[in-house]
Amino acid sequence: MKNAVIGNNKQKANLIVLGAVPRLLYLLQQSSSSLELRTECAVVLGSLAMGTENNIKSLVDCHIIPALLQGLLCSDLIFIEACLRCLRTVFISPVTPVQLLYTDPTVIPHLMSLLSRSRHTKEYITQIFAHCCKTPEHQTVLFNHSAIQNIAPLLISPSDKVRMQALKCFSVLAYENTQVSMTLVNVLVDGEQLSQVFVRMMQRDKPIEMQLTAAKCLTYMCRAGAIRTDDNCIILKTLPCLVRMCSKERLLEERVEGAETLAYLMEPDVELQRIASFTDHLVSMLADYFKYPSSVSAITDIKRLDHDLKHAHELRQAAFKLYASLGSNDEDIRKKITETENMMDRIVSGLSESSIKVRLAAVRCLHSLSRSVQQLRTSFHDHAVWKPLMKLLQNAPDEVLVMASSTLCNLLLEFSPSKEPILDSGVIELLCSLTQSDSPALRVNGIWALMNMAFQADQKVKVEIVRALGTEQLFRLLSDPDTNVLMKTLGLLRNLLSTRPHIDQIMSSHGKQIMQAVTLILEGEHSIEVKEQTLCILANIADGNTAKELIMTNDDMLQKIKYYMGHSNVKLQLAATFCISNLIWNEEDGSQERQDKLKDMGFVDILHKLTQASDPNLCDRAKTAMQQYLA
Amino acid sequence: MSGPSSGCGFLMSVVVHGDLALNEQEKDLNQRLRRLYPAVNEEETPLPRSWSPKDKFSYIGLSQNNLRVHYKGHGKTPKDAASVRATHPIPAACGVYYFEVKIISKGRDGYVKYMGIGLSAQGVNMNRLPGWDKHSYGYHGDDGHSFCSSGTGQPYGPTFTTGDVIGCCVNLINNTCFYTKNGHSLGIAFTDLPPNLYPTVGLQTPGEVVDANFGQHPFVFDIEDYMREWRTKIQAQIDRFPIGEREGEWQAMIQKMVASYLVHHSYCATAEVFAKSTDQAVHEELASIKNRQKIQKLVLSGRMGEAIETTQQLYPSLLELNPDLLFMLKVRQFIEMVNGTDSEVRCLGGRSPKSQDSYPGSPRLFNSPVHKASSSQTYQTGFDSNYCNGVSSSKGHTLAHSHKSCPRTMPSPELGVLNGSRGQQTNVGAEVEMEVDHFSNGVSESSSNGFLNGSSTHGIDLEECDGDMEVDSAQSKRQLCGGSQAAIERMIQFGRELQSMSEHLRRERGKNSANKKMLKDAFSLLAYSDPWISPVGYQLDSIRREPVCSTLNSAILETHNLPKQPPLALAVGQAAQCLSLMARTGSGSCAFASVDDYLH
Repeated sequence: MKNAVIGNNKQKANLIVLGAVPRLLYLLQQSSSSLELRTECAVVLGSLAMGTENNIKSLVDCHIIPALLQGLLCSDLIFIEACLRCLRTVFISPVTPVQLLYTDPTVIPHLMSLLSRSRHTKEYITQIFAHCCKTPEHQTVLFNHSAIQNIAPLLISPSDKVRMQALKCFSVLAYENTQVSMTLVNVLVDGEQLSQVFVRMMQRDKPIEMQLTAAKCLTYMCRAGAIRTDDNCIILKTLPCLVRMCSKERLLEERVEGAETLAYLMEPDVELQRIASFTDHLVSMLADYFKYPSSVSAITDIKRLDHDLKHAHELRQAAFKLYASLGSNDEDIRKKITETENMMDRIVSGLSESSIKVRLAAVRCLHSLSRSVQQLRTSFHDHAVWKPLMKLLQNAPDEVLVMASSTLCNLLLEFSPSKEPILDSGVIELLCSLTQSDSPALRVNGIWALMNMAFQADQKVKVEIVRALGTEQLFRLLSDPDTNVLMKTLGLLRNLLSTRPHIDQIMSSHGKQIMQAVTLILEGEHSIEVKEQTLCILANIADGNTAKELIMTNDDMLQKIKYYMGHSNVKLQLAATFCISNLIWNEEDGSQERQDKLKDMGFVDILHKLTQASDPNLCDRAKTAMQQYLA
Repeated sequence: MSGPSSGCGFLMSVVVHGDLALNEQEKDLNQRLRRLYPAVNEEETPLPRSWSPKDKFSYIGLSQNNLRVHYKGHGKTPKDAASVRATHPIPAACGVYYFEVKIISKGRDGYVKYMGIGLSAQGVNMNRLPGWDKHSYGYHGDDGHSFCSSGTGQPYGPTFTTGDVIGCCVNLINNTCFYTKNGHSLGIAFTDLPPNLYPTVGLQTPGEVVDANFGQHPFVFDIEDYMREWRTKIQAQIDRFPIGEREGEWQAMIQKMVASYLVHHSYCATAEVFAKSTDQAVHEELASIKNRQKIQKLVLSGRMGEAIETTQQLYPSLLELNPDLLFMLKVRQFIEMVNGTDSEVRCLGGRSPKSQDSYPGSPRLFNSPVHKASSSQTYQTGFDSNYCNGVSSSKGHTLAHSHKSCPRTMPSPELGVLNGSRGQQTNVGAEVEMEVDHFSNGVSESSSNGFLNGSSTHGIDLEECDGDMEVDSAQSKRQLCGGSQAAIERMIQFGRELQSMSEHLRRERGKNSANKKMLKDAFSLLAYSDPWISPVGYQLDSIRREPVCSTLNSAILETHNLPKQPPLALAVGQAAQCLSLMARTGSGSCAFASVDDYLH
């Protein structure tokens, strides 16, 4: 059987159909069978597993995994190696559920104990770990069974394969795992720090796979906070190594992984972004990621075309991700990116690609670039990026929506020339519906965009916002559990309540509810920022002609203002004083009456006291208010 | 301190005058340059070590051993630009060349900080910044642009200023150049560079100061890592070089080369087995090979008298027609007499005339200076496992050694048949012992290896002489002529004969300075109480027998119309020559293709 199936997928399938697997497993499990027979069975099963994915499925369905794991308890090394080889082949297949490795809690410790038995046990077991460590739980199980101490010495194994698999283990163990990463920095291999071992594995004469995987390990350790971003092994070794992985000389898969890892490495650090932006022409090198499948490949070589097509989406999304990361902080880098050949066109077409991954990455990139005032004013408008963005917002999964709406927030900023056309496209309804989402991020983005939109807007727009949102929804948002939502909603209110006619108009129709909401917030347990924002709203209301009266006739509210004028926080004192200052402002109808009433309530004494305040702003504000009485 | 600008001459003088005081920086520099550019022959193409005080515009001032550059012009217009070139152009044999410049001061405020770092050919106008003219290339600090033989720059990298370290790397394999800033590669700046460019820096602002690092200090950028990548690339190219379409052709050629090499060096048993197993004809009669082998064996064991006698018997006219060769052999015989190894003095010393004095290893492959006698064990490392590939292996580097490993693994019965003698095993043991005793120069392992590898060639001697194992003690005491008075007298007499032969030769054939020096050196041995530790004592080293042996062997082969040199040695020599030719014609890949890498 062994000789019949080697290299022959048809024969393998035939044998499986004929029911060979249960029989082989039976023989393998019989302790009365000779070791030679049991070993041969494991070898034949291993050979069957080398076939198609369907073969693997059949094997797994026949419960090959527990049988082989049981076989590992045997004392014979040759048999163990045959079982491990077969297990390895089964586990590295994408159709095998990795969870099967963790079902029996004794398996991992037993594998750890077998690890050092031979070159083959080292290779197969590390390879199994590297493929089956997919979740934080898996990482913890392996970590708790001393995976690091057991695998670290294998990094200097004389066998290339063992070294490579051990390295892969570390990359999957360290990924987004602080505990593992923190442990790794203190591990010594033959007296040398692990990070230095990884640095050596990134040398340019090492196999590309090794360089790339070592760079991943260091990247994950750095992101987990175990290595500083200004450490030489990151700045001078990992970053340049990852940039090299993006070069045209590398395989498409390597370029994808290199770009994604690099994007992840520098995401939080502007200095790394700056260095990467001028390393080896990275920005223009990435432009090449969009040229697949190339026109040449289509004509000359069908196989190549197929290959290119398969990777084209991956390449594009990786490039977008890297551009997004590069441009997330530095204005000069953003400029450099937008000036790259056809960049904005590529983003625009990326936004409407069929692949979700590409759409998401494209919108991330657009979001990153939308932080630039200059780009909003120029390239964003020139390329009408709002159009595909709006389209994307109509029907997209949440993760895309979050990015897209966040980008929209920037496009709706007052100075953005795209603001007008977006308004005309019926965006208000869309944003209002976002504020009703279950996702806090979407609610924030929805209300944030509305807030930006309301800033210095026409009355028509403001009325439209209030109408579309509905006061009910507005007040629901004011009691939102998410502070961000609350803050942005207050911001929206404040923007709505600006310029006197608007204040009076809105307060005349919604004054009662707004005053109620303000009271509620001022009485509730909220942060200083929330209360400050609320007092500012109150100050805006106090600036209205008719709206003033809503405060003046509300003694409870006046008491609250008085309380905040004497608050220990200067910001709140300032906002409250501002409110009073608006109420007693001369030149307005009925100012004398208001001044008298407030004087009776003891505000003048407080103002007088505040003119002695140590904060110069507060002091000035109080003096200005006092002058209203003197005039 | 010696002027660092003297470049090559300076390096030479280091070798000649060992007492020259070198400061640490220069030592570092020499070490680093040798490590970075091992393929560069500095006698032919010296490396840049500093800026040239002769090749600069007058607005440039140099200080700190010509490594610091400062601007002393007006700096008002581009007409005030000034540049300086390094002392020497970049040799192609560097493969990859790198230097760094640190900006010490960006110059006085109120000026645009024009500053260019780059390359230029000899003769390019120095009243300009690098990059503005033909055959001139620069990266400018004020705008970060690159200038490729043009007055207008291209956006290239970031700007640079005080405190930054800018590096410039020339790749002489693909003729490109990239810059680095503070250790970060900025990517290719120029392609299709011409050969023989000089490192160049140009300034145009009062107060500008920059320092160069041509290898005086460690570089900020990891240039060695970049070189590693290119070494790997070149070696992969060599490994994957297509070797002809017809199957077996390449292998057959390699086998021929190996066979001819074995025959040339008279490893007759090995040669015969090799020829048999690879199905080839041997182009020389077995008897003839054995004759040469016998003579070589005698020369290598120091028994010159017998060697000359045997040569005269077997090749009667050879030495008559070659009096210079005969003279050389006789001088060697004289040296061996002093050594106490020549047969004539041995018998006088009361020892068996047919003493067995074997040589620790086989003749050295090629007369490379690296191969010292005591390092003979380096030959063995590595190729034992290669032997497993079989005699017909087509791997170039194993071939050079296979003649040694063959006998080791060949079944002994077969050897026995070839040598027509009794079982080998007992002799093996005895001879190992002997060699270990005899040669105190090496570890015992190396000696025994030497024996094992050479055993097939020993076979002939073994037939002639057994049981003479006690002789070696003489050598360990190292007395003149083995310590015998009679032998000393014989040696003195022989010396006189040699003297008169020399005079005769001069009369017959005119002056020959080589002969004269040879004789003088040999006679000088007698001027010392212990010749072995004297300044001329090197002549007594057994490794000195090798050139004599090889000259004699070549002379014999020539009379048979066979090549003086085996094709294998010729091929190796040609490869080495080819590399130095590549260096001269500007092919940088020669830097990463040392022949030695493939011989071991």
